[in-house]
Amino acid sequence: MKIGWLTLLLLLPLVGALGTMAVPKAKALLSKQVALGFSLVTLVLTAIVAVGYHQNGAEKYNETHTWIKAFGANYALGLDGVGIILVVLTALLTPIVIIASWNDADGGRWSSKSFFAWILVLEALSIGVFSATDVFLFYVLFEATLIPMYFLIGGFGGPQRSYAAVKFLLYSLLGGLLMLASVVGLYVLSARAGDPSYLLTDLIKLDISQNTERWLFLGFFFAFAVKAPMVPFHTWLPDAAGEATPGTSVLLVGILDKIGTFGMIRFCLGLFPEASKWATPVVLVLALISVLYGALVAIGQTDIKRLIAYTSISHFGFIVMGIFALTSQGLTGSTLYMFNHGLSTAALFLVAGYLISRRGSARIADYGGVEKVAPVLAGTFLFAGLSSLALPGLSPFISEFMVIAGTFSNHKVIAVIAVFGIVLAALYILLMYQRTMTGPVREGIEKLKDLNKREILAIVPLVVLIIGLGIFPKPIVDIIKPAVESTMQRVGVTDKAPEIPVTEGQK
Amino acid sequence: MSHELTWLLVAIPAVSAAILLLGGKATNKWGHLLGTAASLASFVCGVLLFVQMQGLHDEERSETVRLFEWFTVGNVKVDFTLLIDPLSILFVLLITGVGSLIHIYSIGYMEHDVRRRRFFAYLNLFVAAMLLLVLAADYLLVFVGWEGVGLASYLLIGFWQHKTSAAVAAKKAFVVNRVGDIGLSLAVMSMWGLFGSSAFASVNAGAEGMSSTWATLVGLMLLLAACGKSAQVPLQSWLLDAMEGPTPVSALIHAATMVTAGVYLVVRSHAIFEMSETASTAVVIVGTVTALAGAIIGTAKDDIKKALAGSTMSQIGYMMLAAGLGPAGYVFAIFHLITHGFFKANMFLGAGSVMHGMNDDVNMRHYGALRIPMKITFVTFAFGYLAILGIPPFAGFFSKDKIIEAAFAHNPVIGLCALLGAGITAFYMTRVMLMTFMGKKRWADDVHPHESPKVMTIPLIILAALSLGGGALYFAGHWIEHWLEPVVGVEEEHPPLPAIAMTAITLAVVAVGIVIAVAKYRRDIPREAPAGSPLTVLARRDLFGDALNEAVLMRPGQYLTRTLVWLDNRGVDGLVNGLAALFGGLSGRLRRFQTGFVRSYALSMVFGAAFVVVALLAVRLS
Repeated sequence: MKIGWLTLLLLLPLVGALGTMAVPKAKALLSKQVALGFSLVTLVLTAIVAVGYHQNGAEKYNETHTWIKAFGANYALGLDGVGIILVVLTALLTPIVIIASWNDADGGRWSSKSFFAWILVLEALSIGVFSATDVFLFYVLFEATLIPMYFLIGGFGGPQRSYAAVKFLLYSLLGGLLMLASVVGLYVLSARAGDPSYLLTDLIKLDISQNTERWLFLGFFFAFAVKAPMVPFHTWLPDAAGEATPGTSVLLVGILDKIGTFGMIRFCLGLFPEASKWATPVVLVLALISVLYGALVAIGQTDIKRLIAYTSISHFGFIVMGIFALTSQGLTGSTLYMFNHGLSTAALFLVAGYLISRRGSARIADYGGVEKVAPVLAGTFLFAGLSSLALPGLSPFISEFMVIAGTFSNHKVIAVIAVFGIVLAALYILLMYQRTMTGPVREGIEKLKDLNKREILAIVPLVVLIIGLGIFPKPIVDIIKPAVESTMQRVGVTDKAPEIPVTEGQK
Repeated sequence: MSHELTWLLVAIPAVSAAILLLGGKATNKWGHLLGTAASLASFVCGVLLFVQMQGLHDEERSETVRLFEWFTVGNVKVDFTLLIDPLSILFVLLITGVGSLIHIYSIGYMEHDVRRRRFFAYLNLFVAAMLLLVLAADYLLVFVGWEGVGLASYLLIGFWQHKTSAAVAAKKAFVVNRVGDIGLSLAVMSMWGLFGSSAFASVNAGAEGMSSTWATLVGLMLLLAACGKSAQVPLQSWLLDAMEGPTPVSALIHAATMVTAGVYLVVRSHAIFEMSETASTAVVIVGTVTALAGAIIGTAKDDIKKALAGSTMSQIGYMMLAAGLGPAGYVFAIFHLITHGFFKANMFLGAGSVMHGMNDDVNMRHYGALRIPMKITFVTFAFGYLAILGIPPFAGFFSKDKIIEAAFAHNPVIGLCALLGAGITAFYMTRVMLMTFMGKKRWADDVHPHESPKVMTIPLIILAALSLGGGALYFAGHWIEHWLEPVVGVEEEHPPLPAIAMTAITLAVVAVGIVIAVAKYRRDIPREAPAGSPLTVLARRDLFGDALNEAVLMRPGQYLTRTLVWLDNRGVDGLVNGLAALFGGLSGRLRRFQTGFVRSYALSMVFGAAFVVVALLAVRLS
C-alpha cells in the first residue's frame, strides 16, 4: 500500500513522539533535539505539500480507505484552501514552540521529554483534524486532541494547572458530546438514504429536512463555539492559558482553538447551509459581543497571560463574524485571520513568556521600565502587540479589514459597532506595554537579561512572516480563494455587486 | 529619474530604518549619518522627479506606478500602486526637504542622548511612512502610511519613555488616532461596496454616481479620520500632550508634516466632498472651530512648545477651513500647508534651540532677553513670527490672506472667524516673542544660555529663508494655482470687498493683536504664573477638552471594564461552573481528577470511545 502524503505528515510527528520518549531520561538534551528534528522535517514536508497543492491542486492528496464499514466511517484525508492553511500553520508553530520552550519543561512534574512528545502528538492529531474529510474521523481526532493538550496543561505550568486542565477538558467534552449527537444523527440520515457513509462528499448530497438540519447544525456549532471560544463559553480559556506554559498556550490558542472556526466553515457551512443562514443573525450578534466583551475584559486584566487570552477571545469573535458574514471578503478574511492570529498570538505569548520566566511573575504590576534594561525584549513585545492590534502594514491588518469589510457589505450595523474593536485593541495592547515596559525601572527588574539567541531564533520567523505577509499576502489569499468560492456556492450566496461599478477603462 | 523609480523614495528611508534598528550597537557610531543621508537621498530623488515633471504637459504629470497586486478578494482588487502627481510631489519635497533639515538639526540636538541611533531610525521610519501616505494611489494603501506615521509618532512622542508622562502621551496619541481610524476604515469599506475598489482613480471616476447620502457619509468618515490625524476638534486633545517628544519630532511630525495629513486626505478626496454640501460644510465648521480653539489655547500657555502646539492646531484649522471651501480653497489649503511647514518647523526648531541653551526648560516665564545670547535663534525665530502673522512679504502673508479672502467669499461669519483668528494669532505669537526674547532676563543663575552649534543653526537659517521666500510659490505668477489645477481644480471666488481692502483689514486686525500683546507683556513678567481670570484658566486647561474626555469616555470606560472583569470572574464563570456542579457534582469529580488523574482519564477515554460505539450500534439496531 502506498502511503499518502497526508498520512505521512500525520505519522511523522507520531514517530517523532515515540522517538522522543525512547531517549533515556538522562539525555534530556537529545530528546529535545529529536523532537525538534522531527518537527522540522514535518515542516519541510508540509512546505512541499503546500507548494504542490498550489501548483497542481488538491486531487493528488486525497486518500480514502474504508475504516469501519458498518458505520460508513472512512479513513479519508484531503485538503482544501482552508485546511492547507491550517496544516501549514500547525507545522510552522510546532518547531517554533519547541525552540521557545526549550527549558520550560525542566524540573516539572514529569520529564521534559514527555512535554515535547505530547507536543508532537498534538501536531499529528491537529494535522489530521484539519485534513479529515470524513465526519467520523474528524470527530475522533477532534476528541483525541484533548488528550495531549490535557497533559500539556495539567503536567507543566502554574500552580492551578490541574484545575485549569480539568476545566478545559470538561468544557471540551461537553461540547464534543453535543457534536456526537449530531454525528450520530448524520449517520441515521445517511443510513436511511442508502448505504451509510460519513464522507463529506456523500453527506452534502443528503436531503435533510429543515428542522433536522437546524438541530444537527446546533450540535456542531455548539461544540465549535466552545472550542473557538465564544462568549459566554469562554471562561475555560483564560484559566488554561494563564496556567499553561507559554508554548502550550501558543498551541492551544494558535492551533487547537482554530479547530472551532475551521469546523464552522467546513462542517456548519458545508453540511448545513440553510441552517447556517438561519442562524446567522444570532451568531453575528454573539460574535460581536465576543469582539467587544473580550477586548473590554482584556483591558481590565492584571495578569499578562490572561490578558492575552482575552484578546484572543476578541479575535475569535472577528473570525466567527467573518465566517457568518457569508461574503467572500468575510470568509477569506476569516481564514487568513486564523493564520495571522496564529502568528501574532504566538509572538505575543512567547515574548510574554520570556518576560515572565525572567521575573517569575505574570502580574503586570510587577513590571515597569523593562525597555531600559532589555530593549530587544521590549521591542519584540511591542512588535507582537502591534501585530495583535492589526497595525496596517502587518499581516493581521489585511485579514481583520477583510472580515469587517465583508460584514459591512451585508450587515452594516454590526460592522460599524465591530470597528470600535480596533480602538479597544489599541488600548489593551498599549496599556499593557506602557505598564510593563515604560516608566521608571521597577524593583526586581534592574538585572533583567535581554533575549538570548535561542529566544530570538524562535521569534524571527514569526516577525518575518508577519511583515512579509502584510506586504505581500497574495500567495496565501490565492490559496484560500477556491475554498471560499466553493463554500459560497454551497451556501448559495453571492457577493453584492458594487453599486456604481467603475469600468476598467475608467480605472 | 524615471517615475518608475518612485518607490525608491519610500524604500531608501525604510531600509535605512531597518538597518539602524536591526544593526544594534554596531551602528551607533554612524547611525545618525546614515539616517540623515537616507533622508537627503530621498530628497534628491524627489527633486529629480520634480524637475522632470516641469518638462511635461499638464495632463502628463500624473503617473501611476503599479508595483504589484496586493490582493484580490471577492470583487475587490487592491494594488500596491504609487501615484506621483503635482499634489504628491509637493508633499514629497516638503517631507524630505524639511525632514532632511530636521535630521541635520537632530545630529546636534540629540548628540548627548545615548539612544541617538534609535532616534534616527524612528525618524527614517517616519519619513518612509509619510512618503507612502502621500504617494499611495489607493485608500487602503494610504491607510498603511497613515498608521505608519502614527506608529512613528507613538515611538517618538514616547522616545524618553522612562518618563511616565511621555509614555502616557504616546499611548494617548495612538488611541485617539485609532478613533479617527474608525472613520478611515468605514470610508474604505463603503468605497469597496460602492465602487468595488478603493483606488483613487476608481473613486474619482465613480464619485459622480454617488447618492448624496453616501457622499455625505463617506465624506464625514474621511473627516473623522482627518480630525484624528490633524488634531482637529473633537479629536484634538492628543497634540498638546505630544509635546513630550523631543523637539525635532514636534517640528517634523507634530507641526510640518504628519499633522497636516488630514488636510491632504480631504483635498485628495475632493471628488467625494464635492458631491456633498453637508460634508464640506462640516469640514469648514471643524476647521473654523479648531482655528479659534487652537489660537485661544495658544494665548495662555507658558510652555513654549505647547503655545506653538496650540498654534499648529489653529493653523491646520485654517487649512481645513480652506479645504472645505471646495475648488476655491484647495490650492490655498495646500499652499498654507507648505508655508506653515516652513515657518512652524522654523519656530519649533528655534524653540528647541532655546531649550538647548536653557537646560531643557520649556517655561517661557523663565526666559526673557534671549535675543542677546542667542542672536541667530532670535532672528530666525523672528522670521517665522513675521511669517505666521502674515506680514508682507513673508510667506504666511500670501497663504493666510488668501484663505481669509476665500472664507469671506464663502460666508461672512466664517470669514469673520478667520479674521478674528488672525488677530488672536498675532496676540499669542507676540506674547511668545516677548516672553522669550525680549524684556529682562528671568533665568536662574545656574543657567547659561548660549547659541546652538552650527549643525543646528544652519537648518534654522534655511528655514527662516523659506519662511521669508515661500510666498514666491504664489506671487510668482500664481504658480501653485496652475500647478495644482489639473489635480484639484481651481475656482475664483470674489470676496465682498476688493482684495486690497481685505488685506488692509486683515493687517489692521493683526496690528491690534500685536498692540494688545505688547501692552500686556511689555512689563515685567512674573516667574510664577498668576492665578489668571476664568478665561485664562479655560485656555490653560485646553478649553476643558481633557476634562470632557475624562468625564465622558475614560471614567465610564474604566467602570465598564472593571464591572465586566468582575462579572466575568464571578458571573459567567461562576454560572457555568455552578451549572456543571449542579448537574454532576462537578466539584467532587474535579478533586478526584486531580489525584491520580492519569489513570482515571485513560479510563474515561475508554468509556468515551465505548460510548461512541454503543451509541452508533444502538441507532443502527433500531
